[in-house]
Amino acid sequence: MGDLSRPRPESVERSLDSTLESVDQAEDLALGVARRAGFDEEDLIKIGLAVRESMVNAVVHGNRYNTNKKVRFSVSMNASRLTVRIADEGEGFDYAHLPDPLTPENLLRTSGRGIFLIRSFMDDFHARRLEPGGTEVTLVKFAVSK
Amino acid sequence: MSVKLSTRQVGDVAVIDVAGRITLGEGSSALRENLRDMVSKNQKKILLNLGEVSYIDSSGIGELVSGFTTVTNSGGQLKLLNLNKRVKDLLQITKLYTVFDVHEDEAGAIRSFA
Repeated sequence: MGDLSRPRPESVERSLDSTLESVDQAEDLALGVARRAGFDEEDLIKIGLAVRESMVNAVVHGNRYNTNKKVRFSVSMNASRLTVRIADEGEGFDYAHLPDPLTPENLLRTSGRGIFLIRSFMDDFHARRLEPGGTEVTLVKFAVSK
Repeated sequence: MSVKLSTRQVGDVAVIDVAGRITLGEGSSALRENLRDMVSKNQKKILLNLGEVSYIDSSGIGELVSGFTTVTNSGGQLKLLNLNKRVKDLLQITKLYTVFDVHEDEAGAIRSFA
């Protein structure tokens, strides 16, 4: 079991297929690094879910299960934070203007909660468009909560 | 492991015992099909026992919402039983905890159906 006051530095990168199996793979990779770094069970649950939601966005909405498109996945741990980056080859997505899933008119929608959960569970989340195409999201969990 | 669903009847209430992972793919679609099948057979009182659910993602939450809406719109009632901390936290964060009628004991849940 790791010690978050002195987390074990580690870095993993993979090029993953656009499949649901890759979602599981990415979740396992991220949790492995996080567990070895010393994150507790509650944080592991949050990290796992956030990674899962981000991968689903990349596979399903970004790459649309296209077997010719890959998802670039990386997870790294340094002295202060766990950083996950997930990049798809899709057409891009406007993360800045998403419907609020908590408003009364959206509450009973059957989708649209993924990004909200990612932002709720991670300490930092941002997205950027890639050139020539695609989207990369970055998820951060600090070793010591702010 | 994906999801395992088993149904039993307690009076006029159908109790669906759900075990495993309700996530995008096999898990969430299995739940969706099961609930649609119940509605098509005019089952009006459905209790989802989530006590053995180990994991749920936003797609799984979406299927719970979809099931609730489908059953309610058909004049029925869908209630939840035995939420573990993970599921309860997710429903609270997404403000859905108060949308569903949630119970912690089966007998009480059964009695609560109109």
